[in-house]
Amino acid sequence: MDVRIQIVGIIGATGLLFTILELVRRRRLLERYALLWLLAGIVLLSLALWRGALEKLAALVGIASPPNALFFTAFGFVLLLLLHFSVAVSRLTDQSKVLAQRLALLEERVGPAPAARPAADDDAPPALQERESVRSAAT
Amino acid sequence: MPPARTALAVVPAYNEAATIAAVVSSLRRNAPEFDVLVIDDGSTDDTSRLALSAGARVVRPPFNLGIGGAVQTGFLAAYEGGYDVMVQVDGDGQHDPAELHKLAEALTPGVDMVCGSRFLVKGEYLAPVSRRAGIHVFAWLLSRFVGQPVTDPTSGFRLYNKRAIRLFADDYPHDYPEVEAVLMLHHHRLRMCEVPVRMFQRGGGSSSISSGKSAYYMVKVLLALFVALARRRPVVEPGDRAPVAAG
Repeated sequence: MDVRIQIVGIIGATGLLFTILELVRRRRLLERYALLWLLAGIVLLSLALWRGALEKLAALVGIASPPNALFFTAFGFVLLLLLHFSVAVSRLTDQSKVLAQRLALLEERVGPAPAARPAADDDAPPALQERESVRSAAT
Repeated sequence: MPPARTALAVVPAYNEAATIAAVVSSLRRNAPEFDVLVIDDGSTDDTSRLALSAGARVVRPPFNLGIGGAVQTGFLAAYEGGYDVMVQVDGDGQHDPAELHKLAEALTPGVDMVCGSRFLVKGEYLAPVSRRAGIHVFAWLLSRFVGQPVTDPTSGFRLYNKRAIRLFADDYPHDYPEVEAVLMLHHHRLRMCEVPVRMFQRGGGSSSISSGKSAYYMVKVLLALFVALARRRPVVEPGDRAPVAAG
């Protein structure tokens, strides 16, 4: 196996792992969603480092060139992640539906629906305007 | 304190300004014992205002939920309001509130949902052949699945008792719910029956199912039906995992 593709693989997997950990550290990525990514990064890095394992894997599933086994694994993870996201999106859809229903019922109980009142920007509640001015002062 | 009202009419409406006032006032005239609740599912026209001035309560989800989500809002309102029966009447005027008593008479003990069927009287309903063919395919499949004749599984003119309200407040299908709801009812061992009703052509607005979407509708509902069949436990029972959870 060409050493160059191994180096590219190592750099790519390391970069991926570092990015994931950094995102989690900055709280930009929830651990719940980071787990599958971390698994992908670790598996890809170990396959790139450990040529023996990659060659065995290639032989096992009948891939002629070991680097292709690396791509194959990476593609498998991409599919898995996409499926994971579809599940997450479906859950969010369900949750936002429930929230919208609750909000609508609550609004009906509390007072007239917003559409029944004249809508105008200048009668935004004073608290909101105040906050707006604070924000513009801060920037 | 006034005596508690126990019947709720839920009218899902999406841009039905042309017909909503007539539907609401017809309900109030023909079925005065029903509270009228219009679910204005993100309309951009005057639906809300017209429904309010016709004397209905109006619930407005903050964005368009689709027919399933809108009707489920009605089930939630009925469940939390402690209503004993709920009727669903489309906001486009194709159902006649004057026929509501036929549904109510069929809601005997042991029946949980009464469905108005336009196919129990011959030759009354004029719709494109493709539309009718689609409905009959669903009717044939559903009749096999639930073991009783179902002639009009897409009808949205339905009366529910407390058990059915409870069931659908917890879990109601998303996009094109009527067909799947019949199967859910069967899985939960609730009973339904049909009564003949007339249905008018739409009074205005446009159907939630345009001709271009018919094929998509067929495929989606068929998928939903077979998925529902494959679900071993369609029932969410006390102590089960919550169907919607943050984790």
